[in-house]
Amino acid sequence: MDTARRQWIYAWLMLSPAMAFLILFTHYPAVQTILNSFYSTPRGRREAVWIGLDNYQTLMLDDVFWKVLANNFWYAVWTIPLSIILSLAMALWVNDKIRGRGFLRMAYFTPTVLPLIAVANIWLFFYTPGFGLIDQIRGLFGLPEQNWMGSPDTALYAMIAVAIWKEAGFFMIFYLAALQTVSPSLKEAADIEGASRWYYFRRVLFPLLMPTTLFVSINAVINSFRLVDHIFVMTEGGPNNASSLLLFYIYEVAFDYWDTAYAATLTVVMIAILILLAIGQFFLFDRKVHYK
Amino acid sequence: MFANFLKTASVAALATVASAGASLAVDLEFYFPVAVGGTAADTIEQLTAEYGAANPDVNITAIYAGSYSDAGQKALTAARGGTPPQLSVLLSTQMFTLIDEDVIVPFDAYLTDEEKAEWIGGFYPSFMENSQTGGKTYGIPFQRSTPVLYWNKEAFKAAGLDPEVAPANWDEMVEMGKALTLKDDAGNVTQWGVRIPSAGFPYWLFQGLSTPAGAILASADGNKVNFNDAKVVEALEYLVDLSKTHEIMQPGSIEWGPTPKAFFEGETAMMWTTTGNLTNVRSNAPFDFGVAMLPAKERRGAPTGGGNFYLFKDSTDEQKDAAVDFVQWITAPEQAATWSIATGYIAPRAETWDTDKMKAYTADFPQALVARDQLEFAVAELSTFENGKVTQAFNDALAAAIAGEKTAQDALDEAQAKAERILKPYQ
Repeated sequence: MDTARRQWIYAWLMLSPAMAFLILFTHYPAVQTILNSFYSTPRGRREAVWIGLDNYQTLMLDDVFWKVLANNFWYAVWTIPLSIILSLAMALWVNDKIRGRGFLRMAYFTPTVLPLIAVANIWLFFYTPGFGLIDQIRGLFGLPEQNWMGSPDTALYAMIAVAIWKEAGFFMIFYLAALQTVSPSLKEAADIEGASRWYYFRRVLFPLLMPTTLFVSINAVINSFRLVDHIFVMTEGGPNNASSLLLFYIYEVAFDYWDTAYAATLTVVMIAILILLAIGQFFLFDRKVHYK
Repeated sequence: MFANFLKTASVAALATVASAGASLAVDLEFYFPVAVGGTAADTIEQLTAEYGAANPDVNITAIYAGSYSDAGQKALTAARGGTPPQLSVLLSTQMFTLIDEDVIVPFDAYLTDEEKAEWIGGFYPSFMENSQTGGKTYGIPFQRSTPVLYWNKEAFKAAGLDPEVAPANWDEMVEMGKALTLKDDAGNVTQWGVRIPSAGFPYWLFQGLSTPAGAILASADGNKVNFNDAKVVEALEYLVDLSKTHEIMQPGSIEWGPTPKAFFEGETAMMWTTTGNLTNVRSNAPFDFGVAMLPAKERRGAPTGGGNFYLFKDSTDEQKDAAVDFVQWITAPEQAATWSIATGYIAPRAETWDTDKMKAYTADFPQALVARDQLEFAVAELSTFENGKVTQAFNDALAAAIAGEKTAQDALDEAQAKAERILKPYQ
């Protein structure tokens, strides 16, 4: 057997484990989901029948879906910039040689380590009206108690706060690592030139951190769709779907209502949105990222 | 020599037969949910172990499955995956969904006529409303309840009300609630008059308002609903007014879980919750408390609630027989009494209340009788085909009205339209 052929065989053999996993857990389910969205939901006594675009029509007319999509949009708009800015600020702060730096870093990273379901129960206590922590502190100032999770105006923002709290520590680690690779001679040169700290940050540090920012922002976008665990524990979609997000709604439709075909339709929509966002992000950032 | 051989051979043969007999043991497993505080899970495991010890030819395992919705998901997922449990305790309202998914069978085929008359006939009829359809019995009542009103006798005394008398109707509840709502100097409320949880699944306690108002929410066939009836609108307006107009209840959606704790801490003088919390309240309330039926309007009324035993289809006949035997044992007076005393769930058979254990318990703690007496006025819990979706449409409407996003009439009209669309294929 000549070398070229053998090389091809080796190549396929080495790729096959990863490919098997990828196909089994990503591509096959995706294709299956897309196909399922064109059929009706099978029930024990009835088989699934081809109904074409009927599920998509139902989707367009479903006001809960549009509500959920709007919620997810606001969830993303608030969590992505805030968590990135917060993590950058935290990283800049703990990068300096301050006392208790190690403890501070641990404190910032702890939310990442704790499982979201567990911390959601703790936040549930914080938000409970009356004897919850937040209301107890408000009570000290004589402010009235607030029903954070029970009021449609505040339920979503209560969830956003928990998500930011969870994510910021994780992103901080990446920024911290990137900051460590910045040569100190740059800061020294800036000091000699008489540049202000803000100027140094804006014109030197931040552009150098762009690759990290790209990575972190992609993670933040994925998380804005993925991080729904706390909703199960805290509001279950909130008063009249005020704090429901797309992934939570998909779970509800698939496993509470057992309407698997409609859930497949919703999943297709979510996949389409994520693909568009991923492509958009890469094109947007491509010009701004300096890898050197 | 030959005698020796014969002896060993026969001993060996006997041993094989004995071990073969043991390996013919029937394996049963069932999922059970726990929806109340207290020691419910321990009690079930204890009872199951007792049955297993008394019946060596049955290997029965009780598997804790979380909340009612978790248990339902777990059981249906297992059934779809091909490894269903043989029986399970699931919500009585899931009957139509389980029938539609074709995963359960009625108990009738595994019972003699006599058993049908005596055993099935011995359960309280209001519990059977969510357990039978099409003339067949699909569920056997196990952990059934009704919502009741708990009141803080000390708070009543402090407010100048008779601590032994609970509100008997809607007007009295508002009046007493006003006397019981206390504010501090800054004008913030320190004690609310009443607390009716409405987060997550408001429809259940809401049925404690719509039934007294004189409305029935769904048909017995599970394919028609009555959400925007004038009496239902009246009940919803009353609920909203408790916070909005009378200011005796916390505004917004109120969490179910923290409600007993809020009661213990004196945050609310009256609370509506399941009788399944009775033992929890008895053990933990730092004051004297009373239990009353829900206040009347046109009539007394309340929904039933809780879980039934269901028999799953995908099992051998032996397993089904063993399962039916286990269900008969665990709903028998002795065991039902143990279960009821440990939790506060209502023993589902009238004869259980006549056992010595229950008589002694209720003599010492008469509050336990209130829920049973309310059964006379109890109606079926809201249950239809596509139960999850229909109930959620109703829950959303209730939440929207409670939050002030929509008027009661608009919200319920929308819910009715949605439900009719969902149920059309079933009519």
